Amino acid sequence: MQSHTSRTLAFAALLASALAAPAAPAWTLERLLAGFAQKGSARASFIEEKKLRVLDRPLISTGELRFEAPDILEKRTLRPRPELLRLEGDRLTLERGDRKLSLDLRSTPEAAAFIDSIRGTLAGDREALERVYRLRLEGNVRSWALTLTPLEPALAAWVQRIRIAGQRADVSVIEILQTNGDSTLMSMQPLAGP
Amino acid sequence: MTRRAFGPVAAWLAVLAVAATVAASARYTADLSAFLPRSPSPAQQLLVDQLRDGVVGRVMLVAIEGADAGARAMVSRALAARLRADPRFAYVANGAADGAERERALLVEHRYLLSPAVTPERFTVTGLRQAIGDTLELVASSAGGLAQALLARDPTGEVAALAASHLAGATRPALAAGVWASRDGERALLVVRTAAAGADTDAQEATMQAVRTAFADVGPREAAAPVRLRMTGGGVFAVESRALIKGEVARVAALGVLLIATLLGFAYRSGVALALGLLPVLTGALVGVTAVATGFGLVHGITLGFGATLIGEAVDYAIYLFVQSGPAGDGRDAWRNESWPTIRLGVITSMVGFAALLFSGFPGLAQLGLYSVCGLGAAALFTRYVLPGLVPANLRVRDLAGVGAQIARAVAAAGRWRWVVPALCVAATVALLAQRDTLWAENLSSLNTVSLEDQDYDGRLRADLGAADARYLVVVEGRDEQDALRAAERTAAALAPLVAQGVIAGFDSPAHYLPSEATQEARASSMPEPSELRARLARALRGSPLRAARLEPFIADAARLRTGVRLRRADLEGTGLGVALDGLLLRRGEDWQALLTLRAPAAGPGALSVDAARVRDALIGSGALFLDIKTEADALYAGYLREAIALSATGVAVVLLALMVALRSAARVGRVAAPLGAAVLVAAATLASAGQVLNLLHLVGFLLVVAVGSNYALFFERAAAGGEGAHRVLASLALANATTVIGFGVLATSSVMVLRAIGTTVALGTLLALVFAALLSGARTDAR
Repeated sequence: MQSHTSRTLAFAALLASALAAPAAPAWTLERLLAGFAQKGSARASFIEEKKLRVLDRPLISTGELRFEAPDILEKRTLRPRPELLRLEGDRLTLERGDRKLSLDLRSTPEAAAFIDSIRGTLAGDREALERVYRLRLEGNVRSWALTLTPLEPALAAWVQRIRIAGQRADVSVIEILQTNGDSTLMSMQPLAGP
Repeated sequence: MTRRAFGPVAAWLAVLAVAATVAASARYTADLSAFLPRSPSPAQQLLVDQLRDGVVGRVMLVAIEGADAGARAMVSRALAARLRADPRFAYVANGAADGAERERALLVEHRYLLSPAVTPERFTVTGLRQAIGDTLELVASSAGGLAQALLARDPTGEVAALAASHLAGATRPALAAGVWASRDGERALLVVRTAAAGADTDAQEATMQAVRTAFADVGPREAAAPVRLRMTGGGVFAVESRALIKGEVARVAALGVLLIATLLGFAYRSGVALALGLLPVLTGALVGVTAVATGFGLVHGITLGFGATLIGEAVDYAIYLFVQSGPAGDGRDAWRNESWPTIRLGVITSMVGFAALLFSGFPGLAQLGLYSVCGLGAAALFTRYVLPGLVPANLRVRDLAGVGAQIARAVAAAGRWRWVVPALCVAATVALLAQRDTLWAENLSSLNTVSLEDQDYDGRLRADLGAADARYLVVVEGRDEQDALRAAERTAAALAPLVAQGVIAGFDSPAHYLPSEATQEARASSMPEPSELRARLARALRGSPLRAARLEPFIADAARLRTGVRLRRADLEGTGLGVALDGLLLRRGEDWQALLTLRAPAAGPGALSVDAARVRDALIGSGALFLDIKTEADALYAGYLREAIALSATGVAVVLLALMVALRSAARVGRVAAPLGAAVLVAAATLASAGQVLNLLHLVGFLLVVAVGSNYALFFERAAAGGEGAHRVLASLALANATTVIGFGVLATSSVMVLRAIGTTVALGTLLALVFAALLSGARTDAR
């Protein structure tokens, strides 16, 4: 179940970067990340499509994302089945139906890299992010795309690349392409209020 | 040495030689089995088995601390490899690759045999549609990683169902750098099962040493920074307790002998007399240990600890001989005729008092009884029949008649303070009555020699490994392994309603890890044959995003079920599942035993405890036995305590009877018994008022007070008249009491609670006994 943990963590890192995104004058990676660092709390609705090779149609789930500075991150799925994924400090919890799974991230050194990347992203720390991924930014301030390619072998074993796209301050899409050909596409819309 | 003395001396030397041989080759143990009964109930038997021979006692938890997680993992792997090559270790697990990976592979491979969700209904068209729908929902969720990876093999989500059902309750150890680690990530952990039983303290000690040696080898090789080793477990505790008690006994005995020798050296002013005076102690201790080793085959640590205390009584005999015989020993014949009968009576009363303990069902107490009876008897006989023959004709000791005369004057003067004794008795009675509900410690842990810090560390390691202490157990038996597993499955069915009602949060069963062959067969036959399965899948998947053609890996696994591949116990060896199973499925002689551990509800009205009556009701007629280990152990101890109190009361009655026979006067018996009773009463009240909760060892201490004090009281009762002889008797009593108080006072400084309990009790009690005997006899002298 290790790969599952890694996956969840990497995903949380992405959410962190997606949710923290204000505008910036000249469009560089530094500007993008510096903007992330300034952003406090944020909310967004999401639609997630999982495309699996074994399936004819994608699996679709919808819900809400929330980031609360400095270190609370939530993904609340509403459909098809309610679920809450929450990262607070070093603790990752998943509530699904009457099951609640809790994990202390410090107990798995493998996880440490991902936590650092989450914290790094939220703090606009490019170095921390670059320890885990190779980063490539394309486009301009009106339409940009950041591609992350995993460097860690454990992560690279199942993630081929991750693409984050947006306009100015807003992240609109996160796409994860897995090495086995499966992919996840998450589209999001910012919501007002905390 | 006179010719006349040669016979007894030769006999003594022979006895000593035999005793030394037996004592040297005797087996010593310090485990809790000293506190387990000789004729237990089935529940107690289980408790005994678990502690003595059970897997519980054989499991050693090894923690590696220091350096970083990577280095600790390297050490863990190297250490595990070394220990696996050593036949003293039945089994070594550290969670490394062949543990965690194999475990997951096993769960996936045998999912249809392990999962309780597998029934014929599950693989009908409706069942398949439902199960696959649920799995797709899971895949869509954040928890869907594994389900997604296995979708083509496991579309009904059996692996997820397994993880969610019974195996979910068993917390797994965390992993750090690929090996088991504590939750806080600060320690790498290994689980080791020793080939030797937990109660075999010698073998456990050798095993611990083997771990240390291996660690000293691999530690510096694998880790750049220093790493530390720490071991816990029942066997480890037994070894450490024994070492601690041994060390304490040696320290206390050395200090006691030194102080007493100094005092006696000053009193006798003769090195020879001093050396001779220690011989009764040596003789008594050796004979006592020999008697216990012969009678029980095994000597408990607390018996040895008690052995050190025999100094207190046995050293008195030589004091009586030397001091009462006068400086040149010319009064030795008079001593034999006048003093010896008194001493003999004192020894006999002590022996009958301790003999009551022989009837205890508690081996620890019975050993104390045998040790005391034989040890005191040997010391007294030696003093009477051998020691005089060993005394050189020219031996001169200091004449203590002068000191005795001063004491006599003081005693006479103290007569007017005699009211102090009844006054103190009244105060003590009031104090004891006020605390009567909290006077005696009711739980076994009051005798535990393991420090709280060590217990806490052990608890944390167990929690980290998910091997939480099993307090609530249901035990079922079977003729063989399969029979026991089937019984466990029947019991599980009886327990299921309790889970639904919230009486218990859940339970762990060996059949969760290794279902019986019958159950595995039933589950395997739930799966339809491949062509039928394909047909059903085609219908079940109508309208689903999943196509039947994608599920050939599932069909292949289903087909393999029909080839008769089953899960066997050997498949689980070396995995966390295997560790769990080993603790729950045990061989006991010809029979097999399955243990189901119950988890108490975490919340609600009955949180953190299990309603025993409802569990017993649910198990009626199933032949299963419910056991609450803590309650059972405490009840066991409370039973011993009650028994020991009853035996002590019997002992006191027998002592009074013996005195009655010897003295033939109720008044005289009363005069002997009064100071003793008063001393015990006041000592008990003092200890209780000082905040000590009395336990079994205090009770033994009180018996010793009676044994030692009876000599004082008898001498005072007899020698109330004046004269030089009487003064010497008084001086000998004061000296004897001083040595006793020193001997036990030193014991009272011990860090081992059981030794401290005896020390404080006897030092205080014997001092009070002497003072009270003096006060009350002074009263009589006054009145005359």
